[in-house]
Amino acid sequence: MIREYIPVLLQALVAVGFAAGALIISVLLGKSGLRTQTKDSAYECGMVPQGEAQPRFSVKFYLVAMLFILFDLEIVFMYPWAVVYREAVVHSHVIFWSMLSFVSILMVGYVYALKKGAFDWKK
Amino acid sequence: MSPFFFWTASALMLVFGAAVIINRNPVASALSLVVSFLGLAALFMSLDAFFLGIIQVLVYAGAVMVLFLFIIMLLDLRAEERRRINFVAFAGGAAVAVIFFGQLYLVIGHLHQAKLPFAPLAPMQVDDVHRIGLLLFGSYNLPFQIIGVLILVATIGVIVLSKRELH
Amino acid sequence: MNPTLFLIFTSLLKIVGIVFVVILPMVSYSVYAERRVSALIQDRLGPNRVGPAGLFQPIADAMKFILKEDFTPANVNKFYYWLAPCLAMVPALMTIAVVPFGSTLFGVPMVIADINVGVLYVFAIASLGVYGIVIAGWSSNSKYPFLGGVRSSSQMISYELSLGLAVIPIFLLVGQLRLTDIVRYQIENGWMIAPFVGHWTDGWKWLLAIPMSISFVVFTIAIFAETNRLPFDLPEAETELVGGYHTEYGSMKFALFFLGEYAAMITGSAIIVTLFLGGWHLPVPWWNHAHGFHWLLIDGSLGGWRGVIGGLFNIFVFFGKVSVLLLFFIWVRWTLPRFRYDQLMRLGWVFFFEIALVNIFLAAIIIACLPQ
Repeated sequence: MIREYIPVLLQALVAVGFAAGALIISVLLGKSGLRTQTKDSAYECGMVPQGEAQPRFSVKFYLVAMLFILFDLEIVFMYPWAVVYREAVVHSHVIFWSMLSFVSILMVGYVYALKKGAFDWKK
Repeated sequence: MSPFFFWTASALMLVFGAAVIINRNPVASALSLVVSFLGLAALFMSLDAFFLGIIQVLVYAGAVMVLFLFIIMLLDLRAEERRRINFVAFAGGAAVAVIFFGQLYLVIGHLHQAKLPFAPLAPMQVDDVHRIGLLLFGSYNLPFQIIGVLILVATIGVIVLSKRELH
Repeated sequence: MNPTLFLIFTSLLKIVGIVFVVILPMVSYSVYAERRVSALIQDRLGPNRVGPAGLFQPIADAMKFILKEDFTPANVNKFYYWLAPCLAMVPALMTIAVVPFGSTLFGVPMVIADINVGVLYVFAIASLGVYGIVIAGWSSNSKYPFLGGVRSSSQMISYELSLGLAVIPIFLLVGQLRLTDIVRYQIENGWMIAPFVGHWTDGWKWLLAIPMSISFVVFTIAIFAETNRLPFDLPEAETELVGGYHTEYGSMKFALFFLGEYAAMITGSAIIVTLFLGGWHLPVPWWNHAHGFHWLLIDGSLGGWRGVIGGLFNIFVFFGKVSVLLLFFIWVRWTLPRFRYDQLMRLGWVFFFEIALVNIFLAAIIIACLPQ
């Protein structure tokens, strides 16, 4: 029931309150020092910052994020399956084969990704 | 469900939904969309669809939007922020929205069911995750397999597209 | 008293108790323990000057964080730079809400929110934790934080898959997502890593221990990766990325990242304990004339002071188990070297993903054969 979620809201409020409170206290009590140009610059181990601050990154990261969404969807379908499995499997084994075929279909895509080197970060 | 909760969640959703469009900074837009999704999840939950609500957070707010942020971080945000609002396009978009809203209002106004109060939700006998599971694996086994094929097509599409980028 | 008001009052009491009396002190003392244990492992002394055996060190550290200069570099994206530490801290504190940390105390169940999607709530909120790191890396406008943020988010989403797959055998067995139900099931049928307890002659229950142990191992390792602990601490690998996504942070803003990381570690351990190690349950060997030798279940259901002591005992057992796991986390950190990034991705996407997937069907076959 929705009533069970009231404590979740309260917990969120306390968590946000703690984070905000900690920041405010440190702003109020923290010392403030001199501001110099060097102090303001990005930290690169003491060197003067060079080049673009936000370099382009490999397409692999997007690939991983997109594959994650797809396989996350697969897992989402597994939760309702897992919850009813034990009651349903007594009546018929269809529920087992249904999930097995679903996962097998997805595994075709997984094997394809694997063979194409989507998970190989050495290259 | 308390009306107060409904109005708060919908207001949250609508305000941040508008913020997605109004913000010039794409990162701000993406984060507004996350908050809007949280409001949507709260609405699902207020209708006793807890599983859908939590999946909304898990898949959309937690997975899809991370990908969006990744892509946004590739853009040159300064150029995006410098872009002025095109007032002709703005007026056109607003006009379309107003016409659509008016149309909806007229159609719903003529509908008999729209004037009736909603029947209260029946108290839950079985947990909603169970109900989804029983329905999905009872009557919708074939559509479930078809979803599998759709995801497979998407997987292969992702690989093909990203590999083309590499070469 | 009005039931809604009573619910709000007791939940506030529990939330404040858990967050400020248990989690935050536990965070500061696990940092202390980390330093002392690492010193022990590396044959050093560690912090031992502030108070007896250095026990007041966490307080001194907290004071220092508060009093440090609160500095915001000029070239950062100010609003997001300030938002990121909060986004890292809040999910870490929120996930503990659904974990049952005790039986009952004065008739009030010792769980903050007993919701029916339990574990999914944990995953959903934990998946929001990525934002803190990505936003920190992006808003700092500096190379190392940016690389750290991208690496970290990629790693976290990769291991979320193993995390999600590893728990499915438990739901196959219990048929519930609610964490209190999972704990109750374990009290009646033996802990998840030892499902044969009480069914000593049932061969299938012994077989069930195999997928459950695999789940336990995969889940625990995925928690290491999710909390960015060594051997998965690529996002802040000091030798290559300085400090990773929090390189540009200082004072309390850095402390919030730090606290968030340790709080996530504590919640992660709490989830492992709840799912696999029986939650707050600890059977006590007992002997009396009526029943002879037997295992006694202690909980808060008895009347009077016995119930109170039972309830407190459960809470201590729960956090005792969590502390043991935390020590394990620390021990691993100072024992194993760090993975390379390609090894880490391969391990998550190929090794753990496949094992967890096969494991689910193994568990499904065994559970189908179990007597009802």
